[in-house]
Amino acid sequence: MSHIAFQDVEVTYPGGLKALKGVTLEIPRGQFVVIVGLSGAGKSTLIRTVNSLVVPSKGDVAIDGASVTTARGAALRRMRSDIGMIFQTFNLVKRSSVLRNVLAGRLGDVPAWRGVLGTFPAADLAFAHECLARVGIPEKAFVRADALSGGQQQRVGIARALAQKPSVMLADEPVASLDPPTSHAVMSDLKRIAREDGITTIVNLHFIDMAREYADRIVGMRDGLVVFDGTPAEATDRAFEDIYGRPIDEDEDLRGA
Amino acid sequence: MPEPTPLGTPAPRAAGAPRPPLVARLRSYLGLGVVAALAVVAYQSTNFDLASLFTGAADFFSFFGRLAPDWSALRIIWRPLIETMQIAYVGTVLGTSIALPLIFLASANTALDPISMLVARVVLTILRSIPDLLWAALFVTLLAPGALPGIVALTFFTVGVLAKLGSETVESADPGPLEALRAAGAGRNRTIVYAVWPQVAATMTSFILYSFEINVRASVILGFVGAGGIGQLLYTRLNFFDYSGVGAIVAVTFVVVLAVDAVSVWARSKLI
Repeated sequence: MSHIAFQDVEVTYPGGLKALKGVTLEIPRGQFVVIVGLSGAGKSTLIRTVNSLVVPSKGDVAIDGASVTTARGAALRRMRSDIGMIFQTFNLVKRSSVLRNVLAGRLGDVPAWRGVLGTFPAADLAFAHECLARVGIPEKAFVRADALSGGQQQRVGIARALAQKPSVMLADEPVASLDPPTSHAVMSDLKRIAREDGITTIVNLHFIDMAREYADRIVGMRDGLVVFDGTPAEATDRAFEDIYGRPIDEDEDLRGA
Repeated sequence: MPEPTPLGTPAPRAAGAPRPPLVARLRSYLGLGVVAALAVVAYQSTNFDLASLFTGAADFFSFFGRLAPDWSALRIIWRPLIETMQIAYVGTVLGTSIALPLIFLASANTALDPISMLVARVVLTILRSIPDLLWAALFVTLLAPGALPGIVALTFFTVGVLAKLGSETVESADPGPLEALRAAGAGRNRTIVYAVWPQVAATMTSFILYSFEINVRASVILGFVGAGGIGQLLYTRLNFFDYSGVGAIVAVTFVVVLAVDAVSVWARSKLI
């Protein structure tokens, strides 16, 4: 059975904008999927239907056969705590310490009073430190988040997601604000951890070479629809021209090698 | 270095530089005219008389002479003075603990649902439109005169002040961390504690200190309408024509208010 199943998902935003026009995808457990497409193609919307940050106006998204789309309240929060997410702008609380940011990933699992008082069990504290060690910045635990470089901040973002012990990881343009070498470092961390923990991962990217380098599977989107679905080998320049709807320049979007 | 241009001096206009359009100039003259006309109307209808200010000057200065503080009055001053500070302090603490949940209910990014958000907004709008003295007069009438109506009045007043200053701060918090915590399965309260509060804590604390400053000054005046503290003592001394006692009260209050302001300003500067 597939791990994540999109069934004819449509999203129409309140302004009337149709961001998704019927997407059906099956993603098996442990697969590392990269979604490519121009800005506005619906990549971010698609990824947000997986944890119901965007609720489809039609269709359904299910994880292990259980619908996320129809889940509400505590049931939805429980499903979300199994789905890690990292963001283009990291979305850390800048004035809080790195450790506190990582612990935020445990919030879905600790009792409410502990979450509010901030008294995490010793096991959770130890696990948060472990997550920081896995992304290579164990020494930054007590530093304020805004004192870190962009690459380090995104690693904190990954550590926060890992602290959830997720089975699904969503990454919305995780390297778009980073320089090319840092982008590659962050992408290989993400890939390595997904491999090691068997986490099903969906990453939005718009860089062709990175998509080819890290993906098990590439999904191309244009105008709210899936227009390509195949292996990196199948994702030729010709295929990308089709996804982007225009010719691709030789040096365009080829970052850091 | 060139001489700095004094404030209000228009920058020298280059020869041939375009002037503002005629309509815009007429509009600003019209505005000035309205302001002046309103001043004249108000001046006459309040029977304000500049001359009496000068004829009364002699009385004024002899009154000041009689204000020479009688320091033996300190014996009866210190207790109501402490009471004033306590009224301000308790009012600030109670007001803050009511204001914070209301602010989070009234802010679009932390509200529970549209209906409670609307209710909270209406409550806060009403609270902040009522001045401190009105609250005090109301509660002195409702409750017996003394410290209690002062505390209740300042509690409501603090809610109003904080609501005004605080809700914009909460609504302008960076939405990124809120989205991240929501995505991680955190509920509303935990999202507020982890994603919103760290962003607004310094500003909020500064606002709370600022309300305490206002409350100390307000609580001095509140005594005049019977709400306890040093103001009430000042009022009775004035009625007994005990001007040297009044002088001592004014001097001590002045020093204490100044000290509270200085400490609060210093603390706020450390926060931001």
